[in-house]
Amino acid sequence: MYDTAPAIRRIVVFTPRGPLSDAVLERLTSSARPELSAPADDAVRRSEDILADDDVQSALFLLYASAYGSVEGIDPGSEWDPDLIRLRRSLEEAFEAALRAQVAMPALPEPTPDAVARALFALVEADDSPSVARHLARRATAEQVRESLVLRSVYTLREADPHSWAIPRLTGAPKAALVEIQADEYGGGRPDRMHAELFAQALRGAGLDDGYGAYLDQIPAITLAAQNMMSMFGLNRRLLGAIVGHLAAYEMTSSIPCRMIAGGLRRLGFGDEVAEYFDEHVEADAVHEQIAAHDLAGGLAAQRPELLPDIVFGAAACLCVEGRAGAQALAAWDDDRSALRPGAGS
Amino acid sequence: MSAARIPTITPYPDGPLILRGDVQLETPDGTRIDPHRRTVAPCRCGLSSIKPFCDGTHKVTGFRTDD
Repeated sequence: MYDTAPAIRRIVVFTPRGPLSDAVLERLTSSARPELSAPADDAVRRSEDILADDDVQSALFLLYASAYGSVEGIDPGSEWDPDLIRLRRSLEEAFEAALRAQVAMPALPEPTPDAVARALFALVEADDSPSVARHLARRATAEQVRESLVLRSVYTLREADPHSWAIPRLTGAPKAALVEIQADEYGGGRPDRMHAELFAQALRGAGLDDGYGAYLDQIPAITLAAQNMMSMFGLNRRLLGAIVGHLAAYEMTSSIPCRMIAGGLRRLGFGDEVAEYFDEHVEADAVHEQIAAHDLAGGLAAQRPELLPDIVFGAAACLCVEGRAGAQALAAWDDDRSALRPGAGS
Repeated sequence: MSAARIPTITPYPDGPLILRGDVQLETPDGTRIDPHRRTVAPCRCGLSSIKPFCDGTHKVTGFRTDD
Protein backbone atom coordinates (compact mmCIF):
# COMPACT_ATOMS: atom_id res chain seq x y z
CA MET A 1 0.00 0.00 0.00
CA TYR A 2 1.21 3.49 -0.74
CA ASP A 3 1.07 6.03 1.98
CA THR A 4 -1.50 8.55 0.90
CA ALA A 5 -1.87 10.29 4.24
CA PRO A 6 -2.16 14.07 3.95
CA ALA A 7 1.08 14.38 5.93
CA ILE A 8 3.02 13.17 2.87
CA ARG A 9 2.42 16.56 1.33
CA ARG A 10 5.00 18.08 3.62
CA ILE A 11 7.87 16.39 1.83
CA VAL A 12 6.91 17.65 -1.64
CA VAL A 13 9.36 20.44 -2.43
CA PHE A 14 6.75 22.59 -4.03
CA THR A 15 4.47 25.41 -2.97
CA PRO A 16 1.24 25.90 -4.98
CA ARG A 17 1.16 29.00 -7.17
CA GLY A 18 -2.62 29.33 -7.41
CA PRO A 19 -5.92 27.43 -7.02
CA LEU A 20 -5.19 24.99 -9.86
CA SER A 21 -1.71 23.89 -8.77
CA ASP A 22 -3.02 23.72 -5.19
CA ALA A 23 -5.78 21.28 -6.24
CA VAL A 24 -3.37 19.22 -8.37
CA LEU A 25 -0.83 18.96 -5.54
CA GLU A 26 -3.61 17.88 -3.18
CA ARG A 27 -4.76 15.16 -5.59
CA LEU A 28 -1.24 13.88 -6.22
CA THR A 29 -0.11 13.74 -2.63
CA SER A 30 -3.10 12.98 -0.44
CA SER A 31 -6.37 11.09 -0.32
CA ALA A 32 -8.28 14.37 -0.70
CA ARG A 33 -10.13 14.70 -4.00
CA PRO A 34 -10.64 18.40 -4.71
CA GLU A 35 -12.52 19.27 -7.88
CA LEU A 36 -10.20 19.96 -10.82
CA SER A 37 -12.14 21.08 -13.86
CA ALA A 38 -13.40 24.41 -12.47
CA PRO A 39 -9.95 25.63 -11.34
CA ALA A 40 -8.50 24.41 -14.65
CA ASP A 41 -11.10 26.23 -16.73
CA ASP A 42 -10.65 29.37 -14.63
CA ALA A 43 -6.86 29.27 -14.87
CA VAL A 44 -6.85 28.84 -18.63
CA ARG A 45 -9.57 31.45 -19.20
CA ARG A 46 -7.93 34.18 -17.13
CA SER A 47 -4.42 33.50 -18.43
CA GLU A 48 -3.09 36.03 -20.91
CA ASP A 49 0.02 33.98 -21.63
CA ILE A 50 -0.13 30.27 -20.83
CA LEU A 51 3.64 29.90 -21.29
CA ALA A 52 4.36 32.37 -18.51
CA ASP A 53 1.44 31.41 -16.25
CA ASP A 54 2.73 30.21 -12.89
CA ASP A 55 -0.40 28.34 -11.84
CA VAL A 56 -0.89 26.51 -15.18
CA GLN A 57 2.79 25.65 -15.75
CA SER A 58 3.37 24.48 -12.20
CA ALA A 59 0.22 22.32 -12.35
CA LEU A 60 1.41 20.78 -15.61
CA PHE A 61 4.89 20.29 -14.16
CA LEU A 62 3.43 18.33 -11.23
CA LEU A 63 1.30 16.19 -13.55
CA TYR A 64 4.38 15.29 -15.60
CA ALA A 65 6.46 14.78 -12.44
CA SER A 66 3.89 12.11 -11.61
CA ALA A 67 4.75 10.28 -14.85
CA TYR A 68 8.53 10.60 -14.35
CA GLY A 69 8.47 9.90 -10.63
CA SER A 70 10.93 12.78 -10.38
CA VAL A 71 9.48 14.58 -7.36
CA GLU A 72 9.34 12.90 -3.94
CA GLY A 73 5.98 12.62 -2.28
CA ILE A 74 3.76 12.10 -5.33
CA ASP A 75 1.62 8.98 -4.90
CA PRO A 76 2.49 6.50 -7.72
CA GLY A 77 -1.10 5.26 -7.54
CA SER A 78 -2.30 8.61 -8.92
CA GLU A 79 -0.38 8.29 -12.20
CA TRP A 80 -3.33 7.01 -14.24
CA ASP A 81 -6.12 8.68 -12.24
CA PRO A 82 -8.68 9.42 -15.01
CA ASP A 83 -9.49 12.84 -13.55
CA LEU A 84 -5.80 13.81 -13.63
CA ILE A 85 -5.35 12.47 -17.16
CA ARG A 86 -8.43 14.43 -18.28
CA LEU A 87 -7.01 17.55 -16.63
CA ARG A 88 -3.62 17.07 -18.26
CA ARG A 89 -5.25 16.76 -21.67
CA SER A 90 -7.25 19.94 -21.22
CA LEU A 91 -4.18 21.90 -20.08
CA GLU A 92 -2.10 20.42 -22.91
CA GLU A 93 -4.73 21.51 -25.42
CA ALA A 94 -4.42 25.12 -24.25
CA PHE A 95 -0.61 24.90 -23.98
CA GLU A 96 -0.17 23.39 -27.44
CA ALA A 97 -2.52 25.95 -28.99
CA ALA A 98 -0.51 28.77 -27.38
CA LEU A 99 2.75 27.28 -28.68
CA ARG A 100 1.43 26.85 -32.21
CA ALA A 101 0.18 30.46 -32.16
CA GLN A 102 3.50 31.79 -30.92
CA VAL A 103 6.03 29.76 -32.91
CA ALA A 104 6.88 31.09 -36.37
CA MET A 105 7.03 28.22 -38.85
CA PRO A 106 9.62 28.37 -41.65
CA ALA A 107 8.97 26.92 -45.10
CA LEU A 108 9.09 23.12 -45.05
CA PRO A 109 12.02 21.33 -46.74
CA GLU A 110 11.70 18.20 -48.85
CA PRO A 111 11.35 15.13 -46.61
CA THR A 112 14.89 13.85 -47.23
CA PRO A 113 17.60 13.52 -44.54
CA ASP A 114 19.88 15.99 -46.31
CA ALA A 115 17.22 18.65 -46.92
CA VAL A 116 15.78 18.33 -43.41
CA ALA A 117 19.21 18.57 -41.77
CA ARG A 118 20.13 21.64 -43.84
CA ALA A 119 16.80 23.28 -43.01
CA LEU A 120 17.23 22.62 -39.27
CA PHE A 121 20.81 23.97 -39.23
CA ALA A 122 19.56 27.06 -41.11
CA LEU A 123 16.69 27.51 -38.64
CA VAL A 124 19.08 27.39 -35.69
CA GLU A 125 21.54 29.75 -37.39
CA ALA A 126 18.75 32.27 -38.03
CA ASP A 127 17.64 32.27 -34.39
CA ASP A 128 18.37 35.71 -32.96
CA SER A 129 17.50 35.06 -29.32
CA PRO A 130 19.84 36.85 -26.91
CA SER A 131 22.65 34.56 -25.76
CA VAL A 132 22.75 33.52 -22.11
CA ALA A 133 25.99 31.64 -22.86
CA ARG A 134 27.70 34.82 -24.08
CA HIS A 135 26.65 36.64 -20.91
CA LEU A 136 27.94 33.79 -18.76
CA ALA A 137 31.19 33.73 -20.73
CA ARG A 138 31.96 37.43 -20.47
CA ARG A 139 30.06 39.36 -17.84
CA ALA A 140 28.09 37.20 -15.42
CA THR A 141 28.79 37.27 -11.69
CA ALA A 142 29.34 34.04 -9.79
CA GLU A 143 25.83 34.42 -8.33
CA GLN A 144 24.32 34.74 -11.82
CA VAL A 145 26.21 31.59 -12.85
CA ARG A 146 24.69 29.77 -9.86
CA GLU A 147 21.25 31.02 -10.88
CA SER A 148 21.81 29.76 -14.41
CA LEU A 149 22.71 26.33 -13.00
CA VAL A 150 19.54 26.32 -10.91
CA LEU A 151 17.43 27.23 -13.97
CA ARG A 152 19.12 24.54 -16.04
CA SER A 153 18.68 21.90 -13.35
CA VAL A 154 14.97 21.44 -14.11
CA TYR A 155 15.99 19.66 -17.29
CA THR A 156 19.58 18.64 -16.75
CA LEU A 157 19.14 16.70 -13.51
CA ARG A 158 16.79 14.53 -15.61
CA GLU A 159 18.72 15.10 -18.82
CA ALA A 160 17.54 13.15 -21.87
CA ASP A 161 14.50 11.67 -20.11
CA PRO A 162 11.77 13.64 -21.98
CA HIS A 163 13.12 12.48 -25.35
CA SER A 164 13.40 8.86 -24.25
CA TRP A 165 9.60 8.60 -24.27
CA ALA A 166 9.94 8.59 -28.08
CA ILE A 167 12.09 5.45 -28.30
CA PRO A 168 9.31 2.81 -28.41
CA ARG A 169 7.32 5.00 -30.80
CA LEU A 170 10.04 4.98 -33.44
CA THR A 171 11.16 2.13 -35.69
CA GLY A 172 14.17 1.43 -37.89
CA ALA A 173 16.88 3.99 -38.63
CA PRO A 174 15.43 6.92 -36.64
CA LYS A 175 15.03 4.66 -33.61
CA ALA A 176 18.65 3.50 -33.89
CA ALA A 177 19.73 7.15 -34.17
CA LEU A 178 17.82 8.21 -31.04
CA VAL A 179 19.19 5.28 -29.05
CA GLU A 180 22.71 6.11 -30.25
CA ILE A 181 22.31 9.63 -28.81
CA GLN A 182 20.53 8.58 -25.63
CA ALA A 183 23.06 5.85 -24.82
CA ASP A 184 25.73 8.57 -24.76
CA GLU A 185 23.49 10.87 -22.69
CA TYR A 186 23.10 8.06 -20.16
CA GLY A 187 26.85 7.54 -19.87
CA GLY A 188 27.41 4.65 -22.30
CA GLY A 189 27.05 2.15 -19.46
CA ARG A 190 28.95 4.23 -16.89
CA PRO A 191 26.68 5.77 -14.24
CA ASP A 192 29.32 8.36 -13.33
CA ARG A 193 29.33 9.58 -16.96
CA MET A 194 25.56 10.07 -17.17
CA HIS A 195 25.01 13.67 -18.14
CA ALA A 196 22.51 14.12 -15.32
CA GLU A 197 25.17 12.89 -12.90
CA LEU A 198 27.81 15.23 -14.36
CA PHE A 199 25.35 18.07 -13.79
CA ALA A 200 24.69 16.97 -10.20
CA GLN A 201 28.47 17.08 -9.69
CA ALA A 202 28.52 20.62 -11.16
CA LEU A 203 25.79 21.74 -8.76
CA ARG A 204 27.62 20.31 -5.75
CA GLY A 205 30.86 21.90 -6.92
CA ALA A 206 29.12 25.27 -7.12
CA GLY A 207 27.79 24.87 -3.57
CA LEU A 208 24.24 24.08 -4.69
CA ASP A 209 21.76 21.34 -3.74
CA ASP A 210 21.72 18.51 -6.31
CA GLY A 211 18.36 17.05 -5.25
CA TYR A 212 15.80 17.11 -8.05
CA GLY A 213 13.29 19.86 -7.41
CA ALA A 214 15.28 21.41 -4.55
CA TYR A 215 14.79 24.82 -6.14
CA LEU A 216 11.41 24.21 -7.75
CA ASP A 217 9.72 27.11 -5.98
CA GLN A 218 12.31 29.47 -7.47
CA ILE A 219 11.88 28.36 -11.08
CA PRO A 220 9.94 30.88 -13.22
CA ALA A 221 6.93 29.68 -15.20
CA ILE A 222 8.65 30.11 -18.58
CA THR A 223 11.44 27.72 -17.51
CA LEU A 224 8.84 25.21 -16.33
CA ALA A 225 7.12 25.71 -19.71
CA ALA A 226 10.33 24.75 -21.53
CA GLN A 227 10.43 21.49 -19.57
CA ASN A 228 6.67 20.90 -19.83
CA MET A 229 6.85 21.35 -23.59
CA MET A 230 9.37 18.50 -23.84
CA SER A 231 7.26 16.32 -21.57
CA MET A 232 4.11 17.03 -23.59
CA PHE A 233 5.86 16.31 -26.88
CA GLY A 234 7.40 13.15 -25.46
CA LEU A 235 4.34 11.72 -23.74
CA ASN A 236 1.90 12.20 -26.63
CA ARG A 237 2.44 9.83 -29.53
CA ARG A 238 0.60 12.21 -31.87
CA LEU A 239 3.46 14.71 -31.20
CA LEU A 240 6.28 12.29 -32.09
CA GLY A 241 7.56 14.59 -34.83
CA ALA A 242 7.71 17.50 -32.38
CA ILE A 243 9.81 15.70 -29.76
CA VAL A 244 12.23 14.59 -32.47
CA GLY A 245 12.51 18.12 -33.87
CA HIS A 246 12.93 19.46 -30.35
CA LEU A 247 15.86 17.17 -29.65
CA ALA A 248 17.52 18.14 -32.92
CA ALA A 249 17.31 21.86 -32.12
CA TYR A 250 18.40 21.30 -28.53
CA GLU A 251 21.51 19.39 -29.61
CA MET A 252 22.25 21.95 -32.34
CA THR A 253 22.31 24.81 -29.84
CA SER A 254 24.60 23.16 -27.33
CA SER A 255 28.23 22.59 -28.29
CA ILE A 256 29.32 26.18 -28.97
CA PRO A 257 27.30 27.70 -26.06
CA CYS A 258 28.68 25.04 -23.70
CA ARG A 259 32.23 25.97 -24.67
CA MET A 260 31.43 29.61 -23.88
CA ILE A 261 29.89 28.69 -20.53
CA ALA A 262 32.87 26.50 -19.58
CA GLY A 263 35.10 29.52 -20.30
CA GLY A 264 32.90 31.72 -18.11
CA LEU A 265 33.03 29.23 -15.26
CA ARG A 266 36.84 29.17 -15.38
CA ARG A 267 36.97 32.98 -15.64
CA LEU A 268 35.12 33.12 -12.32
CA GLY A 269 37.30 30.50 -10.66
CA PHE A 270 34.84 27.59 -10.61
CA GLY A 271 36.65 24.26 -10.61
CA ASP A 272 36.85 21.53 -13.23
CA GLU A 273 34.16 19.56 -11.38
CA VAL A 274 31.74 22.36 -12.32
CA ALA A 275 33.06 22.90 -15.85
CA GLU A 276 33.25 19.20 -16.75
CA TYR A 277 29.55 18.95 -17.59
CA PHE A 278 29.99 21.76 -20.13
CA ASP A 279 33.31 20.44 -21.49
CA GLU A 280 31.61 17.09 -22.07
CA HIS A 281 28.79 18.78 -24.01
CA VAL A 282 31.14 20.60 -26.36
CA GLU A 283 32.37 17.25 -27.63
CA ALA A 284 29.28 15.09 -27.17
CA ASP A 285 26.80 17.47 -28.76
CA ALA A 286 29.00 18.08 -31.80
CA VAL A 287 28.40 14.35 -32.41
CA HIS A 288 24.75 14.34 -31.33
CA GLU A 289 23.72 17.30 -33.49
CA GLN A 290 24.82 15.50 -36.65
CA ILE A 291 23.00 12.30 -35.73
CA ALA A 292 19.92 14.20 -34.53
CA ALA A 293 19.64 16.39 -37.63
CA HIS A 294 20.43 13.84 -40.34
CA ASP A 295 19.68 10.39 -39.01
CA LEU A 296 16.94 11.07 -36.47
CA ALA A 297 14.96 14.09 -37.75
CA GLY A 298 15.88 13.62 -41.41
CA GLY A 299 15.47 9.87 -41.17
CA LEU A 300 12.04 10.18 -39.58
CA ALA A 301 10.90 12.71 -42.21
CA ALA A 302 11.97 10.32 -44.98
CA GLN A 303 10.27 7.38 -43.29
CA ARG A 304 7.08 9.24 -42.32
CA PRO A 305 6.73 12.44 -44.40
CA GLU A 306 3.42 13.26 -42.69
CA LEU A 307 5.45 14.08 -39.54
CA LEU A 308 7.64 16.67 -41.27
CA PRO A 309 5.57 19.73 -40.22
CA ASP A 310 5.76 18.71 -36.56
CA ILE A 311 9.49 17.92 -36.79
CA VAL A 312 10.06 21.51 -37.90
CA PHE A 313 7.51 22.81 -35.37
CA GLY A 314 9.27 20.99 -32.51
CA ALA A 315 12.62 22.51 -33.49
CA ALA A 316 11.15 26.02 -33.87
CA ALA A 317 9.26 25.66 -30.56
CA CYS A 318 12.48 24.68 -28.78
CA LEU A 319 14.23 27.83 -30.05
CA CYS A 320 11.23 30.03 -29.26
CA VAL A 321 10.65 28.89 -25.67
CA GLU A 322 14.31 28.48 -24.71
CA GLY A 323 14.84 31.94 -26.24
CA ARG A 324 12.07 33.45 -24.12
CA ALA A 325 13.38 31.82 -20.95
CA GLY A 326 16.89 33.04 -21.69
CA ALA A 327 15.71 36.57 -22.51
CA GLN A 328 13.83 36.75 -19.22
CA ALA A 329 16.92 35.74 -17.23
CA LEU A 330 19.12 38.20 -19.10
CA ALA A 331 16.63 41.02 -18.54
CA ALA A 332 16.68 40.33 -14.80
CA TRP A 333 20.48 40.27 -14.66
CA ASP A 334 20.68 43.47 -16.70
CA ASP A 335 18.56 45.10 -13.97
CA ASP A 336 20.70 43.61 -11.19
CA ARG A 337 17.77 41.45 -10.16
CA SER A 338 17.68 37.73 -9.53
CA ALA A 339 16.45 35.60 -12.43
CA LEU A 340 14.79 33.29 -9.92
CA ARG A 341 11.36 33.63 -8.34
CA PRO A 342 11.36 34.60 -4.69
CA GLY A 343 11.27 31.23 -2.88
CA ALA A 344 8.48 30.09 -0.59
CA GLY A 345 8.64 31.96 2.67
CA SER A 346 11.31 34.36 1.48
CA MET B 1 34.18 -10.31 -37.82
CA SER B 2 30.69 -9.85 -39.26
CA ALA B 3 30.06 -7.15 -41.84
CA ALA B 4 27.96 -5.21 -39.34
CA ARG B 5 31.00 -4.77 -37.09
CA ILE B 6 33.28 -3.22 -39.67
CA PRO B 7 33.97 0.35 -38.46
CA THR B 8 32.45 3.11 -40.59
CA ILE B 9 33.42 6.71 -41.27
CA THR B 10 30.65 8.96 -42.58
CA PRO B 11 31.35 12.50 -43.80
CA TYR B 12 28.32 14.62 -42.78
CA PRO B 13 27.53 17.52 -45.14
CA ASP B 14 29.14 20.80 -44.03
CA GLY B 15 30.19 19.04 -40.83
CA PRO B 16 32.56 16.56 -39.24
CA LEU B 17 33.23 12.92 -39.96
CA ILE B 18 31.24 10.51 -37.82
CA LEU B 19 33.16 7.42 -36.81
CA ARG B 20 31.35 4.32 -35.58
CA GLY B 21 32.82 1.00 -34.54
CA ASP B 22 35.89 -0.37 -32.84
CA VAL B 23 38.81 1.79 -33.90
CA GLN B 24 41.83 2.77 -31.84
CA LEU B 25 42.67 6.46 -32.06
CA GLU B 26 46.35 7.28 -31.64
CA THR B 27 48.63 10.28 -31.83
CA PRO B 28 51.50 10.08 -34.40
CA ASP B 29 53.81 8.78 -31.64
CA GLY B 30 51.41 5.96 -30.82
CA THR B 31 49.85 7.36 -27.66
CA ARG B 32 46.27 6.21 -27.32
CA ILE B 33 43.58 8.90 -27.56
CA ASP B 34 40.56 8.30 -25.32
CA PRO B 35 37.47 8.55 -27.58
CA HIS B 36 35.21 9.26 -24.54
CA ARG B 37 32.20 7.70 -26.34
CA ARG B 38 31.22 4.97 -28.78
CA THR B 39 30.43 7.30 -31.69
CA VAL B 40 32.95 10.10 -32.25
CA ALA B 41 33.19 13.09 -34.58
CA PRO B 42 36.74 13.81 -35.84
CA CYS B 43 37.14 17.46 -36.87
CA ARG B 44 37.04 18.02 -40.63
CA CYS B 45 37.31 21.82 -40.90
CA GLY B 46 40.63 22.06 -39.04
CA LEU B 47 39.45 24.75 -36.63
CA SER B 48 38.23 22.79 -33.63
CA SER B 49 39.58 23.76 -30.21
CA ILE B 50 39.39 20.14 -29.06
CA LYS B 51 41.10 18.39 -31.98
CA PRO B 52 41.05 15.65 -33.06
CA PHE B 53 37.35 15.98 -32.19
CA CYS B 54 34.74 18.39 -33.57
CA ASP B 55 33.49 21.20 -31.32
CA GLY B 56 30.95 22.70 -33.74
CA THR B 57 33.21 25.59 -34.82
CA HIS B 58 32.61 24.74 -38.50
CA LYS B 59 29.11 26.21 -38.10
CA VAL B 60 30.37 29.71 -37.30
CA THR B 61 33.16 29.75 -39.87
CA GLY B 62 30.98 28.80 -42.83
CA PHE B 63 32.75 25.50 -43.56
CA ARG B 64 31.19 23.92 -46.65
CA THR B 65 31.64 20.52 -48.25
CA ASP B 66 30.82 19.67 -51.81
CA ASP B 67 27.95 17.25 -51.19
